[in-house]
Amino acid sequence: MSIIEYLFGTRKKTANVARERLQIILAHERAGRTGPDYLPQLQKELVEVISKYVAVNPDDIKVQLDRKDELEVLEVNIVLPEHTRR
Amino acid sequence: MAKIIVVTSGKGGVGKTTTSASFASGLALRGYKTVVIDFDVGLRNLDLIMGCERRVVYDFVNVIQGEAQLRQALIKDKHCDNLYVLPASQTRDKDALTREGVSKVIDELIHDGFEYIVCDSPAGIETGALMALYFADEAIVVTNPEVSSVRDSDRIIGILDAKSKKAEAGESVKTHLLITRYNPKRVEGGDMLSLDDVQHLLRIPLIGVIPESETVLQASNDGTPAIHLHNTDVSEAYKDVVSRLLGEQKPLRFIEVPKQPFWKRLFGG
Repeated sequence: MSIIEYLFGTRKKTANVARERLQIILAHERAGRTGPDYLPQLQKELVEVISKYVAVNPDDIKVQLDRKDELEVLEVNIVLPEHTRR
Repeated sequence: MAKIIVVTSGKGGVGKTTTSASFASGLALRGYKTVVIDFDVGLRNLDLIMGCERRVVYDFVNVIQGEAQLRQALIKDKHCDNLYVLPASQTRDKDALTREGVSKVIDELIHDGFEYIVCDSPAGIETGALMALYFADEAIVVTNPEVSSVRDSDRIIGILDAKSKKAEAGESVKTHLLITRYNPKRVEGGDMLSLDDVQHLLRIPLIGVIPESETVLQASNDGTPAIHLHNTDVSEAYKDVVSRLLGEQKPLRFIEVPKQPFWKRLFGG
């Protein structure tokens, strides 16, 4: 690109568009790939363990994996029934 | 100990076979006993790129099915003494490749003293591609600085992490990124993803950059792996890739636009 083109901005930087589109689609596809692999099994086993101590519904346990940049957060959310003591 | 290296990409036409041919030749030039195997059953092309298409008698599938001995199917390369080519079958369907069959052939190659086994993967994520990567110790993921190639490479990296023999054993395949058809001028102009962009997107270490060049077509026309076309950028870039795989430190080359005179930079051209 010549200096004149640079100064007057006659060209749009398509590479930047490509990079941004790829960042979004790759993050999405990676989440879809690694997610279902062990999460259902983890959820099932958590229900089994917790059920030993507290009467919970399988639906009351939510396991979710979130990614932001390089950071991964595994969020386990357990809703206990109102009377939890045996 | 023999090393099995798969050259893969997901997407077709990015330079897998070109890379397999030059990379295997480079290892042989460095003195290693090397074999390059074409896994593209039904659409073989490695033989053409290596210039041995008229010497194919038996192929990979013949060996797997016991119709030929391995040594009958191996073709000695005409440029390098310690390089052999195992061509794919042109007629059979891809299901002819079985995991047991491929495993047996690889074991026999290791037994015969081959130090490097280079597996040229077909495009896609079907049987041939899965077989090519299953036994790999290391992988070279060939990627063009272009959206569909980057996406498919990411997919293949995911498959290497999940479906290879190493992954099944709880280990990991050592993956290397090779960017091919790189055009520094278009990167500078903002119309091509830069090597930093591709590296950040795919998050695997870079083993080299092969510039976009007329040399590659000339090499394939002639049936001579591009690494043998001395004093060309492509040949030098492939030699650097081989050196880096062997653990040597080599700075990246051919990634900048050659300096132009001032008036050309002012008016373009």
